[in-house]
Amino acid sequence: MPTNDATLEIRNLDKRYGARQVLEDVSFDVHPGRMTGFVGGNGAGKTTTMRIILGVLAADRGTVSIGGVSLDTGGRRRFGYMPEERGLYPKMKLQEQLVYLARLHGLSAADATRNASTLLDQLGLGERRDEPIEKLSLGNQQRAQIAAALVHEPSVLVLDEPFSGLDPMAVDVVVGVLQDRAAAGIPVLFSSHQLDIVERLCDDLVIIADGRIRAAGPRSDLRAQHATLRYELLTSADTAWLRDQPGIDVVEFDGDYALFDAADEAAVQAVLRAATAKGDVLSFARQHPSLAQIFKEVVQ
Amino acid sequence: MTTPTELRTGSARLAGLVAQREISTRLRSKSFLISTGILLLLVLGGIIFGSVTAGSAEDTRVAVTDAAVLDGVEGVEAVPVDTLDEAEQLVRDGDVDAAVVADDNPTGLRVIVDSDVPLDLVTLLSVTPPVDLLNPDALPPGFAYLVAFGFGIVFFTAAMTFGPTIAQSVVEEKQTRVIEILLAAVPTRVLFTGKVIGTSVLAFGQIALIAAMAIIGLTVTGQDELLVGLGSAVIWFVVFFIIGFVMLASLFAATGAMVSRQEDIGATTTPVTMLVMLPYFLVIFFNDNPLVVGIMSYVPFSAPVAMPLRLFLGTAEWWEPLLSLGILAVTTVALIAVGVRIYENSLLKLGARVSWKEALAAR
Repeated sequence: MPTNDATLEIRNLDKRYGARQVLEDVSFDVHPGRMTGFVGGNGAGKTTTMRIILGVLAADRGTVSIGGVSLDTGGRRRFGYMPEERGLYPKMKLQEQLVYLARLHGLSAADATRNASTLLDQLGLGERRDEPIEKLSLGNQQRAQIAAALVHEPSVLVLDEPFSGLDPMAVDVVVGVLQDRAAAGIPVLFSSHQLDIVERLCDDLVIIADGRIRAAGPRSDLRAQHATLRYELLTSADTAWLRDQPGIDVVEFDGDYALFDAADEAAVQAVLRAATAKGDVLSFARQHPSLAQIFKEVVQ
Repeated sequence: MTTPTELRTGSARLAGLVAQREISTRLRSKSFLISTGILLLLVLGGIIFGSVTAGSAEDTRVAVTDAAVLDGVEGVEAVPVDTLDEAEQLVRDGDVDAAVVADDNPTGLRVIVDSDVPLDLVTLLSVTPPVDLLNPDALPPGFAYLVAFGFGIVFFTAAMTFGPTIAQSVVEEKQTRVIEILLAAVPTRVLFTGKVIGTSVLAFGQIALIAAMAIIGLTVTGQDELLVGLGSAVIWFVVFFIIGFVMLASLFAATGAMVSRQEDIGATTTPVTMLVMLPYFLVIFFNDNPLVVGIMSYVPFSAPVAMPLRLFLGTAEWWEPLLSLGILAVTTVALIAVGVRIYENSLLKLGARVSWKEALAAR
């Protein structure tokens, strides 16, 4: 049985559909207690990778292990999974359905009932417990889907696009729930193409394109790696003089505002000195690359 | 929330959970309950109809001037009258079916009726020579046909009711996408086994209910002589039925998995439907052809109907049902393996229909 402080390790996954290579040598880690964002365009291989992690799909090559122990279906029973293709039994009652899923994951009837009941209250679905899924509003169906991934108290969470189709309120609920689980010390892997949410939420980042991992590691490391000497300057005077400054490449210019790339630290300091000499400096700040920028750069 | 210390993940337990859900869902479905109710009513109606028509042979009312002429004749109610005219009047009025009076012809009787010759009454009054039956246990003609038809209709109805049911249930899981969550928790073959078991239990339950209804109905209405003589053939039928049904349910589940929408089920399950219908009609049309029935009693798809029929007719050696049962069991195991493969290959392929080549491909 995997313990709670074990890392989920994905190693050398290959997957081919006919002539098309969908995954090629995919390797990365999902650390316990950390939110790992899995980012890539449509068709990059996110869903395939997640299905293989869950054992829903078999890889042509490669292993998925937790704490160094290779996984069989039994080991995966403590995984919580939210597939991209959402769905529950439409005619089954909400609580009954959650209890059924929890029992399929190995819980006793009593534990399953207790967990389902607690979770429904937490997600604000307590009063709907005896309604069939098809009678729930779309937002509540999404919450039910999250409950289905959590009801057996998983020790690993894998969520494929958990935020797609959610209204902002529901996004906050999901974010809260995921952060709770990560804080409790379990590895959480989630994919998304909403880069702003990933940026806000994740500790680690894995970027995939065309079935290959392009970058993986802590978000702060990736930022540092892709950091440029890009600064923004806001002064009380016109900033047109920047164009003549040695070692400076102006990216954006709007009267008293300018965004520029510097060749080196010395050029940056020279700009700051020149700016204070010409007027008041209202703002002078280094620009950190956004996830969207890093993503574009890595994928190209 | 509770984090369990011990997980209960035995395959048997999981398959049981899946089967349980299959059964409870079906038992709550209005259409299932209504169709079962209608079936039961049909059976009950048939039995009551049979009993009413059998019991409707009332005594023929006959006007007589001399009650002695009807001595020793059963099934006739004598209505004594004084004169011949009075008797004729009763016949004309329809108060009696006929009048029987003494006459000087060789039979000593004359029958007076309104317009139709009363063959029943004439037969009752006739003198018949004694008849000795050399083979008193022989079955009445047509009875073999009835038994073949009975076995056939039970098997056919069960297969055609519950086969598509399991196919629909498989497609529902694909169509609603719940399948991916299920597969993350339960191995494919366990899911498959659970669904087949659940559906089979439902089918056996419904058939048992109908059988119980029929037996009670026939006994209560005094027609239980129909039950005598079926004996061991019925027991064999049950054994063949159980294995044969599991085989068909597996095929329906597998072929159902090849499509993603309920509307498309027919496209892939049709070959299985043919497998159910063909032998059924062959057995019913050729039940008096020993060669055809003999062959069919070994073909797995028709054996559940044909072999019990032969046992009932007494044309099978003691070892024949065992051999046929062996063939059926081996075929069932092989087809379940094929079914599981199709099921595994098809479950996650959403959208277009899965081709037979893809479905049967080795993993």
